[in-house]
Amino acid sequence: MIGGLMRIVRDVGLAEDMGQEALLAALQQWPETGIPTNPGAWLMTTAKRRAIDYFRHQSMSAAKNEELARTVAVLEQTTPDLAGRLDDPVGDDLLRLIFIACHPVLSRESRAALTLRVVGGLTTSEIARSFLTGEATIAQRIVRAKRTLAEAKIPFEVPRGAELSARLGSVLEVIYLIFNEGYSATAGADLMRTALCEEALRLGRVLAELETAEPEVHGLVALMEIQASRARARVSASGEPILLLDQNRALWDRLLIGRGLAALERAEKLARGKGPYRLQAEIAACHARALRAEDTDWERIMQLYGELVGIMPSPVVELNRAVAVGFARGPEEALKLLEPLQREPSMKNYHLLPSVRGDMLARLGRNAEAAVEFERAAEMTQNAREQKLLRERARKSREAEQGA
Amino acid sequence: MKFMVIVKATKESEAGGLPDPQQMAEMGKFNEELVKAGVLLAAEGLQASSKGARVRFSGGERTVIDGPFAETKELIAGFWLWQVRSLEEAIEWVKRSPFHGETEVEIRQVYELEDFAQVMSPDHLERRKTLESQSWRQQ
Repeated sequence: MIGGLMRIVRDVGLAEDMGQEALLAALQQWPETGIPTNPGAWLMTTAKRRAIDYFRHQSMSAAKNEELARTVAVLEQTTPDLAGRLDDPVGDDLLRLIFIACHPVLSRESRAALTLRVVGGLTTSEIARSFLTGEATIAQRIVRAKRTLAEAKIPFEVPRGAELSARLGSVLEVIYLIFNEGYSATAGADLMRTALCEEALRLGRVLAELETAEPEVHGLVALMEIQASRARARVSASGEPILLLDQNRALWDRLLIGRGLAALERAEKLARGKGPYRLQAEIAACHARALRAEDTDWERIMQLYGELVGIMPSPVVELNRAVAVGFARGPEEALKLLEPLQREPSMKNYHLLPSVRGDMLARLGRNAEAAVEFERAAEMTQNAREQKLLRERARKSREAEQGA
Repeated sequence: MKFMVIVKATKESEAGGLPDPQQMAEMGKFNEELVKAGVLLAAEGLQASSKGARVRFSGGERTVIDGPFAETKELIAGFWLWQVRSLEEAIEWVKRSPFHGETEVEIRQVYELEDFAQVMSPDHLERRKTLESQSWRQQ
């Protein structure tokens, strides 16, 4: 045990002290609680906890920065041991860890890597595989992240009050980033990438039990649960992506939808305004509730996008809103909303803008214009499959134009 | 990965009796731990087989057989759906579940989309890009 501890604390004396303390704790507790199923693991976990406590205590003192780096190092070098993980009280320690790994002084990528390493217990090579990058890159990212945390003298604590909401935003962003990284992978993809989705969901669910009063945490969980519910329906047997409205809704995972709706209800009960995650979850829920695509409550979705634009203005959200307006109020209204987007510099090479415009024009029977838009969109995308699809639509529009 | 953790029936569960308050409390506490660890997806207890039925298929014929069913040990009394990282983790959790006396709990892995990967097209990277670029529509 001491050997294992030494590997963690890199200090023989300290390792011995911690081992001694764990034994003492065992002598006190076991007569009352009975000997645990795996006494070795129990001792190791207890000793590790003592080590962490020790470092945390140390980090309060003058040498805060250096010790903090060691705290993170302790947790990072802790080999994933199952019994230990199950034994760990999911509570303040974990929460502190999440907040520190997701500190805004770190880049998004570093936060995600560090979170997966110290909170999720993934190895560097697992993280590298899941982000489709080299192991060296990830290792370096983690080293640099730890250095940054140490240099910035970040305290090992859960922020409260006004700071909490700002810091929580950063945590949620990281969890959602991890989720999307996994979600964008598909059926044939490396297993590690789908494991990312599961890891993000787990982190979200755990966080929702720790920060129960934060509506956005439940909003994010709801959003992830509902998105994950569509995993099976998103890709055809031949590997083609299937758009939401064309998906076979029988393949949607009702269990996850139910969980998502329940999470959304929790957010709604807290009723403290609507954050971007909750709004996106509500939009996702509108789709989830519609048993058939034609049952979709576009009026409500349009309204929700209106709210989302208000708190999270972005051309992509505007574009989504225009699509919803197209369904709720007709293509003409949608085209009006698309007008200003065409002057938006960030949209210049975004193929979905002409693609949506083409859609609306085609619905209005303005086929010649639609064909031009679809061609433009095809030229903008690098994706062969999508190009094919868009060219096909352009051809159909031209045919319709000639037939008219 | 997901596992269905199946709790087998006992004489007591088949008799239709509810667990005593202490057992209920223990199970409640265990479920709470599962939730806090982000493991629990669903949990259901099943009523005695005397309240159920079976439909037997034989060629074109369908025969309805009313409960109860004799082979108690093969019957199911309840199940959990867990999200864990490995079978080992599921086993570790099951070992901690508050069952006393004679009973058996079965752990079965749920099929995931990836399990069908071989029958799907291999060029997933391109697909991934397509999905990413279209993710705005996927909401």
